[in-house]
Amino acid sequence: MILLCNTKYFYIYNMESKQNYYDDLKTIKKIMEESSRFLSLSGLSGIFAGLTALIGGAVAYIVFLKNNFLDNGEFFRNLSVRELNTLKLQLFSDALIVLILAIGISLYFSYRKSVRHGLKIWTPVSKRLLTSLIVPLLTGGILIIIIYVKGQWQLIIPSMLIFYGLALVNACKFTYNELFYMGLIEICTGLAAAVFPEYGILFWCFGFGILHICYGLFMYRKYEG
Amino acid sequence: MKIAISSLNKLFENRVRLGIMSVLMVNDTFDFNSLKEALGVTDGNLASHLKALEENNLIKVNKQFIGRKPNTSYSVTPDGARSFRLHLKALEEIIKSQ
Repeated sequence: MILLCNTKYFYIYNMESKQNYYDDLKTIKKIMEESSRFLSLSGLSGIFAGLTALIGGAVAYIVFLKNNFLDNGEFFRNLSVRELNTLKLQLFSDALIVLILAIGISLYFSYRKSVRHGLKIWTPVSKRLLTSLIVPLLTGGILIIIIYVKGQWQLIIPSMLIFYGLALVNACKFTYNELFYMGLIEICTGLAAAVFPEYGILFWCFGFGILHICYGLFMYRKYEG
Repeated sequence: MKIAISSLNKLFENRVRLGIMSVLMVNDTFDFNSLKEALGVTDGNLASHLKALEENNLIKVNKQFIGRKPNTSYSVTPDGARSFRLHLKALEEIIKSQ
């Protein structure tokens, strides 16, 4: 009888400690994830940044380029130097506004998600994430200015897409892994845009608009839905 | 089962110490305040557990100044990484065994 009780006791004790070990492992996994990855990035950021890009692209194509692709030599030949300069300025401001809005939107939704999930937003990881994003993005930005000054405009859109893709590939280890694949697709889109520079604006809308929306929807359904 | 339990490290049985090691295993360095926020513990509590880990040569302390503010950051030693991996493996084996 005593033996029986002992075995039973031992068995219960064993089960309890097993549960403890299991909880330990779960805690370890959670802490490792939260301390090494920035998980406040929201799918909603992707969706709304993508929509902003699509609207910006549509404005550029319909309002500024008057439904012309960049392969329409006639349209550009008929522009005076002054009109051409205005057009460049319009396209530049359009892209800049999209960029600022997209960054603002991402920050807003990240902040919202971090508050909702009780996560800290300014951590060693988010600093590392920013550094890994900024190096390729700044390099790309400077290169684009050089390309612009040198007049190789057909390379501006491919450079935007390629350097953005490189930034995502570089940064994915500090946030969701899925960003890696999106980075690769951005790079391919950029390379394709370099092959067909006349349709640059379509590749731009695909890379910054449609891809972001698809990514955002996917991530929102997977992690936040 | 016996082997697994014997390779569990007593030092890692405490949740705070387990947390510290988990953070440092996946980050090259981590500073005191960020560690405090990540684990949700008080200054004194964290400091005492850090001390214990340091005394056992499982983590090392890097003190430096950022501007005028002292900044203490921690990283895991090769020894610490090895014992933590052993501890993890032991935990997994115990759970797998029926």
